[in-house]
Amino acid sequence: MAGPSPLTLFGVAQRGMSAQLVRMNAASSNLANAGTVASSEDAAYRPVRAVFAEDYDRASGLSTVRVSGVMRESAAPAKEHSPNHPLADANGDIWTAPVDENAEMVEMLDASRQYQNLVEAISTAKQLMLDTLRMK
Amino acid sequence: MASSLFGIHGVALELRSQRLGLITSNIANAGTPGYKARDIDFGAALRASERGQGAERAGQSAQRYRVPVLPGLDGNTVEMATEQTAFAETAVGYEATLSFIRGRTETVTRALKGE
Repeated sequence: MAGPSPLTLFGVAQRGMSAQLVRMNAASSNLANAGTVASSEDAAYRPVRAVFAEDYDRASGLSTVRVSGVMRESAAPAKEHSPNHPLADANGDIWTAPVDENAEMVEMLDASRQYQNLVEAISTAKQLMLDTLRMK
Repeated sequence: MASSLFGIHGVALELRSQRLGLITSNIANAGTPGYKARDIDFGAALRASERGQGAERAGQSAQRYRVPVLPGLDGNTVEMATEQTAFAETAVGYEATLSFIRGRTETVTRALKGE
């Protein structure tokens, strides 16, 4: 997984940032689809969620993170009786996507905070490595 | 060669760099279910290197799992405050070790030039 060269601190942080971006994309997809309506339960949008897994690099002893999959949540869509809706089925029902906007905003915030932590780690490490290189 | 020139500081710099990487691993895995935070016991690593182990081996032999204050429900033991403190501590330590090495290089350079 780590490729030919052993993982470095920068590789760890970079992959971590990519993983957080996937998580942020999933949350914004959910927010974009909040309130969408479908004419059957199966066709209704279900929230997506990125699942992380540890990625251990034996050569360097470091572990980074990888996205092991983007899964659909199993939350049931909300059924609503609305006979006049253009998407209503034979019974006059429509199904709304079960997206919790508050939870998605929290997810978004958490992802961006963790992204910032990694940026901070990279910039500190970069400064130290540059000091070592120049050694004035 | 490097060990006789820089004394303990050459190994210390390598160990601190390793520790920085390990703490970054913890920060990157703050949201990974089941991830167990690790750290290097700096004292143990330094003693291992004094017994003749290379810095890399010494660092790996002194790796310990962190004992969390309150483990998450998903089995993750990363606590951001702890990791950030450890990161800052290691960064400052790295800088200190680097200044020792810098001083040593300056001394030797001056001796070589005969100033």
